[in-house]
Amino acid sequence: MKQNEHLPSDATLTEEGLAPVAAPSGDAGRILLIACGALAREILALIRANGWDHMTLTCLPAKLHLHPDRITTAVEQTVRENEGRFERIFVVYADCGTGGLLKAKCDELGVEMVAGPHCYSFFEGNEAFAELDDEITAFYLTDFLVKQFDAFVWKPMGLDRHPELLEMVFGNYTKLVYQAQKEDPALYAKAQECAARLGLDFEYRFTGYGDLATTLAAQARKTASPG
Amino acid sequence: MSEEEDDIILSELDDEELVQQMFDDLYDGLKEEIEEGVNILLERGWEPYRVLTEALVGGMTIVGKDFRDGILFVPEVLLAANAMKGGMAILKPLLAETGAPRVGKMVIGTVKGDIHDIGKNLVSMMMEGAGFEVVDLGINNPVESYLEALESEGPDILGMSALLTTTMPYMKVVIDTMVEQGIRDDYIVLVGGAPLNEEFGKAIGADAYCRDAAVAVETAKEFVGRKHNQGVTA
Repeated sequence: MKQNEHLPSDATLTEEGLAPVAAPSGDAGRILLIACGALAREILALIRANGWDHMTLTCLPAKLHLHPDRITTAVEQTVRENEGRFERIFVVYADCGTGGLLKAKCDELGVEMVAGPHCYSFFEGNEAFAELDDEITAFYLTDFLVKQFDAFVWKPMGLDRHPELLEMVFGNYTKLVYQAQKEDPALYAKAQECAARLGLDFEYRFTGYGDLATTLAAQARKTASPG
Repeated sequence: MSEEEDDIILSELDDEELVQQMFDDLYDGLKEEIEEGVNILLERGWEPYRVLTEALVGGMTIVGKDFRDGILFVPEVLLAANAMKGGMAILKPLLAETGAPRVGKMVIGTVKGDIHDIGKNLVSMMMEGAGFEVVDLGINNPVESYLEALESEGPDILGMSALLTTTMPYMKVVIDTMVEQGIRDDYIVLVGGAPLNEEFGKAIGADAYCRDAAVAVETAKEFVGRKHNQGVTA
């Protein structure tokens, strides 16, 4: 599979997602990952590092997160479009603000999905994240969200046009936690700048891929590579 | 055309034109203009309650409808709310003096572990605009805060808000505690927040899930009306 080499820009992953690379029909052991565009780079890095060549990735536009009520329908549509074309389908979304509706739909469709409330939980590790009782005033950014800060945070909340809204929107937050998947000084600096723009304290936390890596490894084992 | 000619002098508009202009100004989130409009109407002898309902709530209803229809987005609604807040700040003390009609009373707060209050604040404001007395408990409320407020304030309605999938189950903790204490049926329980839905509201034993502030107001009015009717027929 050559999809790693043709990963679109972050802006494209935000707006359009990633079209699937069709699995050769008739191959046994193939698994389709239907993921959020915000996870494309991380998933492809894991596929590459682990040699999971029997996995095919398609991504929905990351901007669906701005309207979580649209995620379930979009995932369902993609599952249905690909039914019968793969041995298995795995949904690489957590609950992501769907209030349990995505899990219910996945159960109905007979496909599994990532456990946890959202990506900043499973990157941290769902168990560890659940124990962070003292972080309710933290605002989290992942690598992707740092890169797409303006598209996901600044512009949708109108802060580019109406900076006076900052207090209404972020007034209850105290710190920005940058959960880094990769060590990248440029992203570190940008995350610091994001915190400054929001008027929040800054905390850096290297998480790596967290539960995303273990979850995908478990899926890879369930569906043996055809070799 | 010069800028001067473009400017609308609010005080030169008749009442009907001024209210229409205030609708536009609210829609555009122009706080100072709304404050000016409120003061002009008051100077013309309008009752504070009439200013509130006809000019401010009327305007916010349009904003709410366009938000629901996807014409307006969160930032615009926040600006409109901020403008309405400016008008409300002028009217509130006057409403207290003039004894505006009171539809009912609501205690509202964001649940424990959750600091998100944009939706809750909108609901509070629209409920006040609709004639409800609102006691806002703020954010991150444990069950004890809700129960204390229910006891001390004696509201008709308990409103709970949550934005996170991880915090919304706490609403059930509150409702279950109310059931345990035998007080659940003494109150109308309304819940709301982005990840919630009607099924969730039913599952946790709330009276209703409200998808936005306008729905919250309508639902509250309906339930309070029913409650009062029950009181008459009982």
